[in-house]
Amino acid sequence: MAATMKVDIVSAEESLYSGEAEMLFAPATLGEIGIAPRHTPLITSLVAGELRIKHLEGPDESMFITGGILEVQPHLVTVLSDVAKREKDLDENAAQQAKERAAQAMQDTSDKINYAKAQAEFMTAIAELRTIEKLKSRKSK
Amino acid sequence: MAVGQEVRTKISSIKNTQKITRAMEMVAASKMRKTQERMQSSRPYSDKMWQIIQHLSHANPAYRHPFMVHKNVESIGVLVITSDRGLCGGLNSNLFRKLLKQIRGWEEQGKKVKLGIIGRKGVAYFANIGGESIAQVTQIGDQPGLTDIVGVIQVMLDAYTDDGVQQIHLAYNDFINTMVQEPTIKQLLPIDSTDANAELEHHWDYIYEPDPEQVLDNLLIRYAESIIYQSVLENNASEQAARMVAMKSASDNAGKLIDELQLVYNKARQAAITQEIAEIVAGAAAVQ
Repeated sequence: MAATMKVDIVSAEESLYSGEAEMLFAPATLGEIGIAPRHTPLITSLVAGELRIKHLEGPDESMFITGGILEVQPHLVTVLSDVAKREKDLDENAAQQAKERAAQAMQDTSDKINYAKAQAEFMTAIAELRTIEKLKSRKSK
Repeated sequence: MAVGQEVRTKISSIKNTQKITRAMEMVAASKMRKTQERMQSSRPYSDKMWQIIQHLSHANPAYRHPFMVHKNVESIGVLVITSDRGLCGGLNSNLFRKLLKQIRGWEEQGKKVKLGIIGRKGVAYFANIGGESIAQVTQIGDQPGLTDIVGVIQVMLDAYTDDGVQQIHLAYNDFINTMVQEPTIKQLLPIDSTDANAELEHHWDYIYEPDPEQVLDNLLIRYAESIIYQSVLENNASEQAARMVAMKSASDNAGKLIDELQLVYNKARQAAITQEIAEIVAGAAAVQ
């Protein structure tokens, strides 16, 4: 039997997942990382992207996070995300709209702070759309 | 005939008071539900954050963030979280009592105490008894956002970074359940690793990505913010629960008082009627 580890995923608003998993894929700052059981302790910050849980049986579970922190202990992985959405809550239209809104806000360069904020929103929206695309293509396979 | 006029006025005034307390009880009950939901939904995050920080305090990192360094303590910063409004039973006074005892203890050890205060009750209390306050915020409302309190947090953390204080404690009411709120004082900074877990006590460290400074800065600021924010939410839920209970007992007491007064009034009325009859009978008897 393959080894498993405990995975806890929480956002500022709720606890999204708590249970066993065979592997976890997360969008770290330096690129996507995969965590298997008995991984050496690690702390990293996360960027917007897809978080994927590989279960022992059944299909993988995906969610989208806007960023956060990942902590790895040999048998325990904790993800503290800022905002997280489950696969079923992802809405392509809303993400598209958010992207366009952010792109528009970026045109308006009168205010520096707003620009930085709009850019961050833009990146988040793009990451969300990419996640949706990825999930779609995986399903159609 | 005005029998027991005063008693009657008193009864009606108590009835009015009862109406008010009952209304406040109901308002507090509905607010409590909302504040409780907010508190519970963000609890997992701060619990996990606390857990990670506990793990971190057992590690032997090459880079030691200022938040993790224990220094010689000369001054202590206390962030006191209180309610804006009163009429919530002994909620604030219980907290003050506990805090005052703690502050005395510190002062006996020659440590200075600097306060950051959230909530009008705390501001008023410490303005009254004296105490050095370095930051205050009031009127954060029933649904406080992080932005409402971020100023105070910043001042406290800056004081810590600039070595104005060497420890930061949090004082607030922990929500246990509707009937029980526990005044709590806990150490926020530096990270405390007193409840050492023997199992974790060997030399190890995390791998940090991208690098320790960035990750820890990010993590520890979030840690402070989320723990403080959670405490504010806990205190908020405690306030509404305490108010609901206090107002319920006030309504009950008013009911009891009304019953007693009603009895006094009825007796007086009965006595007056009896007396009148006695007088008439006596008068009639005298005529015959």
